[in-house]
Amino acid sequence: MMLSLDERILLAVQNGLPICSRPYQAIADELLISEAQLLERLQALRQQGVIKRWGVIVKHRPLGYKANAMIVVNVPDERVVELGKKLSAEPVVNLCYQRPRQGERWPYNLYCMIHGKDRAMVEAHWQRLQQQCGLGDFMSEILFSRRCFKQRGAWYPGGQALHG
Amino acid sequence: MDELDKRIINQLQQGFPICEQPYAQVSASLGIPVAELLQRLQSLLDSGVLSRFGPLFHAEQMGGALTLAALQVPESRFEEVSEQVNAFPEVAHNYARDHSLNMWFVVATERPEQVDAVLSAIEAKTGLKVLNMPKIREYYVGLQLEA
Repeated sequence: MMLSLDERILLAVQNGLPICSRPYQAIADELLISEAQLLERLQALRQQGVIKRWGVIVKHRPLGYKANAMIVVNVPDERVVELGKKLSAEPVVNLCYQRPRQGERWPYNLYCMIHGKDRAMVEAHWQRLQQQCGLGDFMSEILFSRRCFKQRGAWYPGGQALHG
Repeated sequence: MDELDKRIINQLQQGFPICEQPYAQVSASLGIPVAELLQRLQSLLDSGVLSRFGPLFHAEQMGGALTLAALQVPESRFEEVSEQVNAFPEVAHNYARDHSLNMWFVVATERPEQVDAVLSAIEAKTGLKVLNMPKIREYYVGLQLEA
């Protein structure tokens, strides 16, 4: 399969940058392109939003964040953008999405993830956020995770996933 | 992990420069020698606090698709169903959660039209109804986890 230059670049950087004084030079050498060309393409991919974030990927357990909760809220559709922005600006919120409701059984449309050292800490954060963001009147649920079975980050052009 | 490690992690979660000598730029803004930054980063990677250093891709921008899906799995079948679901290469994350909807997973496919086919295949394999909750909008979050 012929890959485009951008695909080759994404593949080369997806497992992380080397820790050395010229990390981009090292990757450019592998790709047989110049460092300047690599920097230019990475900046473009970042601007286009193909690369959403460029930094360190932290594991939450070693940092002592043992409780991980998905919190779901049923907010009026006309207020979901305003409340989503408020919630996502809170430092304890790691991810925040609007998703479609699933009928009466699952009426929630705003989702966020909160990590805490333990469940009590997550519950305390949520109580505070409900007050601060004006969410107290809306129905919500906290779903703590019991176990993570599978976590895969990698991407491979051509549709095959790299595991691990 | 000491205070400086925490500053390094928090700073790098905000982003990493795309320039010739990115570590030198980061060490200058932290006010430490570049050699010390490199050595600390290596030990944070070795000890598993940092999983990797680099990009987080935007699946939709790359032409792919992601969705969040949930299943209500009878407790007696939980192990069996988790093996069935995890066997799909398109299942990226899978979490057991405390709720009657007790299995939550992310499906990532190369093209948007493949999502429905994967969810149908999971329904056929498990005999359970899949709830599909694709993202409508994402709200930007700055720091991922404060160290």
